[in-house]
Amino acid sequence: MIKKLLGAAALSALMAASAFAADDKPAIVFDIGGKFDKSFNESMFNGAEKFKTESGVAYGEFEIANEAQREQAIRNFADQGYSPIIAAGFAQAAAVEKVAKEYPDLKFAIVDMVVDLPNVQSIVFNEHEGSYLVGIMAAMASKSGKVGFVGGMDIPLIRKFGCGYAQGVKAAKADATIFQNMTGDTGAAWNDPVKGGEITKSQMSQGADVIYAAAGATGLGVLQAAADGGALSIGVDANQNHLHPGKVLTSMLKRVDVAVYNVMKSGKDGSFKAGIQALGLKEDGVGYAMDDNNKSLVTPEMQAAVEKAKADIIAGTVKVHDYMADNKCPVE
Amino acid sequence: MLELFFGAETLASTVRLSVPLILACLAGLWSERSGIVDIGLEGKMLIAAFAAASTAAFSGNALLALLIAIMVSLGFSLVHGYASINQRGNQVVSGVAINMLAAGLAVVLGNEWFREGGRTPALSSDARFMPIDIPGISSLYDVPLIGVLARIISGHSLLTYIAVALVPVTAWALSRTRFGLRLRAVGENPHAVDTAGISVARLRYQAVIIAGVLCGIAGTYISTSLSASFVRDMTAGRGFMALAALIFANWRAWPALWACLLFGYLQAMGTRLQGVKFGTFEIPVQFINMLPYVMTVVLLAGFIGKSVPPRASGIPYTKDR
Repeated sequence: MIKKLLGAAALSALMAASAFAADDKPAIVFDIGGKFDKSFNESMFNGAEKFKTESGVAYGEFEIANEAQREQAIRNFADQGYSPIIAAGFAQAAAVEKVAKEYPDLKFAIVDMVVDLPNVQSIVFNEHEGSYLVGIMAAMASKSGKVGFVGGMDIPLIRKFGCGYAQGVKAAKADATIFQNMTGDTGAAWNDPVKGGEITKSQMSQGADVIYAAAGATGLGVLQAAADGGALSIGVDANQNHLHPGKVLTSMLKRVDVAVYNVMKSGKDGSFKAGIQALGLKEDGVGYAMDDNNKSLVTPEMQAAVEKAKADIIAGTVKVHDYMADNKCPVE
Repeated sequence: MLELFFGAETLASTVRLSVPLILACLAGLWSERSGIVDIGLEGKMLIAAFAAASTAAFSGNALLALLIAIMVSLGFSLVHGYASINQRGNQVVSGVAINMLAAGLAVVLGNEWFREGGRTPALSSDARFMPIDIPGISSLYDVPLIGVLARIISGHSLLTYIAVALVPVTAWALSRTRFGLRLRAVGENPHAVDTAGISVARLRYQAVIIAGVLCGIAGTYISTSLSASFVRDMTAGRGFMALAALIFANWRAWPALWACLLFGYLQAMGTRLQGVKFGTFEIPVQFINMLPYVMTVVLLAGFIGKSVPPRASGIPYTKDR
């Protein structure tokens, strides 16, 4: 009798487990900033939504509210059998590494960081190449010969943006001055538009008239302050030209939406591959945004110069230094 | 180098960043002088910032935004008042609860209303408190010294001038009016005030209400003047920095102004000194950012001077002993 009961219990537990198993249903864990940050996370969200409408497969999602939730969220999806599980942002690397080891049968992907495991795909972008292009544009649009860069949290990844930008600026105008500031040293630096705005005002008071923000939601404060103060700004990750039409010079696009879409799709059709995927100008992983909102700001000469640089980088005749390769930048 | 430390732009930035600190610090001053500890300054500013930004987004009217923000902040204040005056609860616990409630509620409501992940839409300039240039003052800009002063004084929003004006008002009210003297007495020795036939609860409620109004203005300033939308956790610890300034100022209005300006100056320098080299030496920005807190701790340890809180602060009043 007892045996029978136990057997029934075990059976029902099994059934419950299989009922919960979400075969080949992808999941995505957004980073601090949230999926509507008009930037990095929102871009990922758009990619996931595109997959959903095309394939009809729903996906699991979670927005991190604090650091401690990262591992919990990823493990929770793994427990339920979601695969591939996509983690947004460099800060999730440790959590992905830990959980991916415990679930070797599931597939994981991380954006902006490398996790070296047989079941993890690491997607990194050549942000320095895209930043180089917008740097050229900034230098040509600047009347004062002084341009600014506002980063979010002070990490090598953001320095990589700044360094690529600086190289682009110098390439177009060798005597240009570049002001580089970081918002802070903690995760709060992605969410402090007030401080972003103050940094922007400080750079404008020193003469900067084009300012590039790579700072998540903090960047919204940068774009606002620049628009208020009559300077041009450059958005990041997603196309932010529409936020202040006619006042945002361009946006450095980082096609995380494409990356997310591809991972989800490869998970569905079985072509998922672990390892490092570096997406640069060549792969259309990064780029710059042109639309009706910035048409009047970008002259044909500017666009020609940027297109030429793009072709040179793809051909390999121009090499943009990657800050993360040696934690150094050749120009300041 | 002198321009970097004492230029008009640095000092104007100091004023801008000090305003929320000044308002929150005065709010804390009123509340704590009556014996109610207010850890919830941060939360009240945050919910007011959210209320102001959403009202402005819906109505396009900055003054209406200010009014609604004050009312919402007032509501939170009264909850704190009810918990700590009527229910004689732990004031720190109630304050912390208010901070957490505000942080969560703003994001949940924001997401429900605007579907932007807890953010509010960017405001157009007529829905914001924009900088006001004092008429005729620009002719002074090129005069040495006076020009710097003129540029610091002019070009702020209405709320900035209100905040600065509230400092002498508070100082005067607390030291020269009957209401202010009674309020201070209630924070030092509520039993004596009660014996004189004056209601302790009533006075403390009045103080809590004033604190609510001031936090409402501070929040409005953050989301409609300093920036143009509400973003999650955008007060970024300013309520706690105001508390530090309050301790630093020894619970007095004028010193509170100087303490807030000093902290604001350190914040302004924090963004300006990045990457600036003195010869080969570069000041770490982290060092400047932590200075307000270090200074407060050093003060509390008794090295700079002595800071004495109101005697009955934090202690719920009960008639029977």
